Amino acid sequence: MELPVISNSAPEASGGGCSSSGCGTAPDALGHLPDHIRSKVQDHPCYSEEAHHYFARMHVAVAPACNIQCNYCNRKYDCSNESRPGVVSEVMSPEQAVKKTLAVAAAIPQMTVLGIAGPGDPLANPERTFETFRRLSEEAPDIKLCVSTNGLSLPQSVDELAKHNIDHVTITINTVDPEIGAKIYPWIFWENKRIFGVEGAKILIEQQQKGLEMLTSRGILVKVNSVMIPGVNDEHLKEVSKIVKAKGAFLHNVMPLIAEAEHGTYYGIMGQREPTPLELEALQDSCSGDMSMMRHCRQCRADAVGLLGEDRGEEFTLDKIDEMEVDYATAMVERAKVHQAITSELEMKRALKAAPKFEAEAADKPATRPIRIAIASKGGGVINEHFGHAHEFLVYEVDSAGHRFLGHRKCTAYCMGDESCGDGETVLGQIIKSLEGVEVLLASKIGFEPWADLEKAGIQPNGEHAMEPIEEAIRAVYDELAAAGKLDQPAAAKAAA
Amino acid sequence: MALEITEVCVGCYACEPLCPNEAISAGNPVFTIDPNKCTECLGDYDKPQCAEICPIEAAIVDEIGDPLNPLGSLTGIPLHLIEEYNTTGTVVRS
Repeated sequence: MELPVISNSAPEASGGGCSSSGCGTAPDALGHLPDHIRSKVQDHPCYSEEAHHYFARMHVAVAPACNIQCNYCNRKYDCSNESRPGVVSEVMSPEQAVKKTLAVAAAIPQMTVLGIAGPGDPLANPERTFETFRRLSEEAPDIKLCVSTNGLSLPQSVDELAKHNIDHVTITINTVDPEIGAKIYPWIFWENKRIFGVEGAKILIEQQQKGLEMLTSRGILVKVNSVMIPGVNDEHLKEVSKIVKAKGAFLHNVMPLIAEAEHGTYYGIMGQREPTPLELEALQDSCSGDMSMMRHCRQCRADAVGLLGEDRGEEFTLDKIDEMEVDYATAMVERAKVHQAITSELEMKRALKAAPKFEAEAADKPATRPIRIAIASKGGGVINEHFGHAHEFLVYEVDSAGHRFLGHRKCTAYCMGDESCGDGETVLGQIIKSLEGVEVLLASKIGFEPWADLEKAGIQPNGEHAMEPIEEAIRAVYDELAAAGKLDQPAAAKAAA
Repeated sequence: MALEITEVCVGCYACEPLCPNEAISAGNPVFTIDPNKCTECLGDYDKPQCAEICPIEAAIVDEIGDPLNPLGSLTGIPLHLIEEYNTTGTVVRS
């Protein structure tokens, strides 16, 4: 059954229809883009909600130096237990990075994208970054290259970036106002001096905006990342979204601040709070009026390997890749076959979506309200994860006309070991808190204890749709609730979690 | 006169290319400054470049051991909270 999809943004006359995938995710983030841009990004796991189920990415941590300080970052990066940007276990030389990339590309043919994202700023390490790009574009021409930057050194790097045939750049832009900037960036290093406060933030903002304009004028695609910091830049990001769209950025990715005291960051230690999932969704919704929003970002580490949401870095540590012999010419043949198979599958799915549909006969139905449904999934677009094993839940908004993907809610899995399910009520309490606003939860299986607690918190657990495609299951659940008359009124007040 | 890098260095490479005297070398676990080459940037820059870009407080000290970037000077975190974090690995907020 095909469903129309509720758009995040105002509908525009876009050629080619949508690009939704088997995971039932909303195609709207890319659907409105002009064809020439969409064709460049629709197979990129970090830009395309659909592609990230099929294609993998990796980051190589060759860029440890940074030229600015952010209040959400701690430059101590030696922790393998933390999963957040700017944190890596080992910094590599360009040579090691190339070796690792070739080893991963041979072992994981779905890996199509190599990004340099830190753990510092790639453009503050120009020699290491560009040496890596130069060698990879020669030795592995079938890998797309990406770079992510704070933008301070961007204007002077644009020529070099264009030379390496990098067609996507991500700039982190948290503000366009130096006064706000001073609350996010305590200092920058500029022209041989450390510059503090508003003065430093002003230079950073000017360089970011200049770099953005230079890249888009050359036809290099720019995605803008913003960190949502409640009380600092949350309202302001709506304006940022308008400005960066006007200057040609094709995608805006608003991410939640990560700030815990254990991380030793300024925000973590000073008690700056993180946004709640509902606050993040609301801000993404308000920004989406102005441009396409990205909803599936996992805020990867600067050394992540594999599909988004997974990290196979442990399989490719320096000592392990030292022992691997890679025949890349042979690997490339195999890779091409795998890419072809995935592309065919995606094209078939896109064609199915684009096929004409019957108009929904909604006219005579009574209006029912939208609800949020959370899904436990290991990937592949089906409900195939036990509640207790889930490290994240996919959240969809569903109404009588369609559905849209809102984002991921990360959590600690309820079952940590084989036998230690329900290890402490705090974990379950945190999961329930992370599911704020959700009314139904679909998993392949849900245990007796969490079931009762979820119900108490106003979240209806449901294991009846195990192994079903997400799109079909959420439609069936919604229609059933609507038919039972449970969606006529506003959401009932929930018991406190 | 020469500057020195202490054991809190995280080895981020930021200082190394900036040194006008090529006095800094990468090392494991910390980078080192060759005291025979270091001029503290006198004659080249207003301020020592390694200390200007170093993101880690107290990682670069002068001859008598005084840090060029004292605790709290780069992050703005109050000293008592830095101390609490350094001893317990977190900060408990009441």
